[in-house]
Amino acid sequence: MAFTPTKETYSGKVYSVTIGTGDGAVTFGGENVLPFHSFEGAAPNKPVIAYEIQDVPPADWPENVQKPFAAVSGDPVTWAKHCQDELKATALALRLVGTHPDRENRSAEEAAKTVKDVLAAIKVPLIILGSNHPEKDSSVLVAASEAAKGGNCVIGKAQEANYKTIAAAAMANNHKLIAMSELDINLSKQLNILITQMGFEKERLITDPMCSALGYGLEYTYSVMERIRLAALTQNDATMQPPMLGDIGMYVWKVKETQAPEADLPHWGALEERGIAWEAMTATGLLVAGAELLIMRHPKAVAEVQKTIAELI
Amino acid sequence: MALSGVEIFKLLPKTNCKKCGHPTCLAFAMKLAQRQATLESCPDVSEEAKKILGEASAPPVRPITFGAGDKAVKMGEETVLFRHDKKFVNPCAFAVEIPDTLAEAEMASLSEQVVQSEIDRVGQKLRIDAIVLTNASGDAGKLEAAAKVVAAKATGVPVIINTTNAQAAEAAMKHVGDKRPILYGANASNVEAMAAVAKANKAILGIAANGLEELSTLTEKVKSLGVEDMVIDSGARKAKEIIENNTLIRRAAVKKNFKPLGYPIINFMQREDGLHEALVASTGVAKYASIVVLSSVEKWKNLALFTLRQNIYTDPQVPMQVEQKVYNIGDPKAGSPLFITTNFSLTYFIVSGEIENSKVASRLAVMDCEGLSVLTAWAAGKFTASKIAQFITESGIEKEIAEKELIIPGYVAILSGSIEDKLPGWKITVGPREANAIPAFLKTRG
Repeated sequence: MAFTPTKETYSGKVYSVTIGTGDGAVTFGGENVLPFHSFEGAAPNKPVIAYEIQDVPPADWPENVQKPFAAVSGDPVTWAKHCQDELKATALALRLVGTHPDRENRSAEEAAKTVKDVLAAIKVPLIILGSNHPEKDSSVLVAASEAAKGGNCVIGKAQEANYKTIAAAAMANNHKLIAMSELDINLSKQLNILITQMGFEKERLITDPMCSALGYGLEYTYSVMERIRLAALTQNDATMQPPMLGDIGMYVWKVKETQAPEADLPHWGALEERGIAWEAMTATGLLVAGAELLIMRHPKAVAEVQKTIAELI
Repeated sequence: MALSGVEIFKLLPKTNCKKCGHPTCLAFAMKLAQRQATLESCPDVSEEAKKILGEASAPPVRPITFGAGDKAVKMGEETVLFRHDKKFVNPCAFAVEIPDTLAEAEMASLSEQVVQSEIDRVGQKLRIDAIVLTNASGDAGKLEAAAKVVAAKATGVPVIINTTNAQAAEAAMKHVGDKRPILYGANASNVEAMAAVAKANKAILGIAANGLEELSTLTEKVKSLGVEDMVIDSGARKAKEIIENNTLIRRAAVKKNFKPLGYPIINFMQREDGLHEALVASTGVAKYASIVVLSSVEKWKNLALFTLRQNIYTDPQVPMQVEQKVYNIGDPKAGSPLFITTNFSLTYFIVSGEIENSKVASRLAVMDCEGLSVLTAWAAGKFTASKIAQFITESGIEKEIAEKELIIPGYVAILSGSIEDKLPGWKITVGPREANAIPAFLKTRG
């Protein structure tokens, strides 16, 4: 029996999104095939990994992921420059976690100043993230969007509870926008529709179907991403065609596997390697499911994922 | 291609005799089409219909059991391309390569690591499943000696003999041949001799091809030589080609019912860098590998790969559950807080993780709600005041704690009064709605 490969041609295509300005700008998305299926279509851009930095020192990060940034993480500008210049980051994600009312409760003005300072110091694109407190994010991200005007940044995350103000701010200041819903393809679709109904262009959106760490619900994120990507390609569903984000570091570096010492759990093996592997494998899993933009923390994990991407394309 | 219910119906006796337990032949046909019934239930079906239906209902990827005894590995039986379409059936096996050029002590040590690799996670026992013994020396005597060491040091672990030399294969089979091993290395130039060894030892034959065209030709040839059980290797080694070929193989099997590629896939993924190897292996786990061959089995790497495999192969329709009991987090004292939640594994992991992050030793009572999350379980009547009261009473936890206080999830605040009624002497405290607020909640309690 002669073998004829079953190649698929899809009617839809993922939007390609460019962030940043000038030489530092990067583009992701744009493919008309499933992830790493360039044998049957076009995948012009490779996934982008952004290094996560914070407006406050990462005292809440586990020691093994604090360590690589110990000399620089006291100040967001120094930290940003270190990632860009030493680690050769192609993008940065500044999480304004210090604005959370349960944390330092920094004001929107303080956050805006941090954004301005970081942007002035770097050439690579900036993703600006709130503290995931829907009310506080409304004011913080509005101020941050204004402060970053002209930077072609990514603002996130707009959720059901606060999308109106955040989307309006991103639109007014010409940024891209992350729309996050909680692990449900229909909620994700609905939020994208609501945001575009405000006049926000769908080509400027990035979908975050909510990340989960390896062993802690990764299969849910994995399947929601696969289903979103299939809807975009096979059904040509425009509301499902923005590229997808995997906000990896934040979810990975709080699970037990990245923190429990080998002395307590000898059968789990070396802690440092285990933590890095946990972040890198969560990232690889979501790339295979369809993520085009990743936010990660550990330099070794980032390097290993990049090496794997190079082998996949 | 699988037959539709109506196509199956045409082949049935159409007597509506109900002997199969279904009201009509059509109803039975529909169940057959959904693979929820088997043809054996029909006593009157014709031999011809059996043959046609048997072939059509055979899973597109042939079911094969590799190894023998309690460490045997089931492979194949897959029916879909995406796990959300139904589920992935038989978790892929991890195998570590042992070259026959290693010193005996190193072989023994690797064998030992495989034997010791078992880890329990969410009630499942996960381990490195198999050993690939590679004839790197090219020498039949060395392969045989190595097979003897592995058979003795890794008793019961399924073995893949990796050689292109049929004499060497024959020699190795003396030590592993009775355990349903895989003989990997059949190619265009040795296929007759290798098939003969596999047949004589009832071994599964591993086909080493260069491309999918050659692979299809080789499996047909092997089948004609009388060996039905095979694992297939398209020759892909780079991650990009592995995804491409594995996808084309699974598509051919599932969408076209193309039998020459309807076998479990073996992928050789050894890399010098252990973490890179783990990441490449993870793409194989997600995309259709039945056996992934590794070069090393560090514990941290095993844990990550086992967990990924468990995630990918979880049945999307059956929530993962944890055992009902009161879990200690940290080293709780009599005065430590007591939380309650449901036994959906994700709920348990997130709640226990946040309690752990708060660094406040606590007890977490996990109640069997058939794997539903808090709100769903409450809505389904499985997380109710009387059931919670019964569970807490029967757990006997009150003997271990100083103050009878139970912290319930904020989403079921509405239950607090009725739980207090049903648990006399207990104070019910409403905790946060979301687990990520637990550290702040515990902090305010001081």
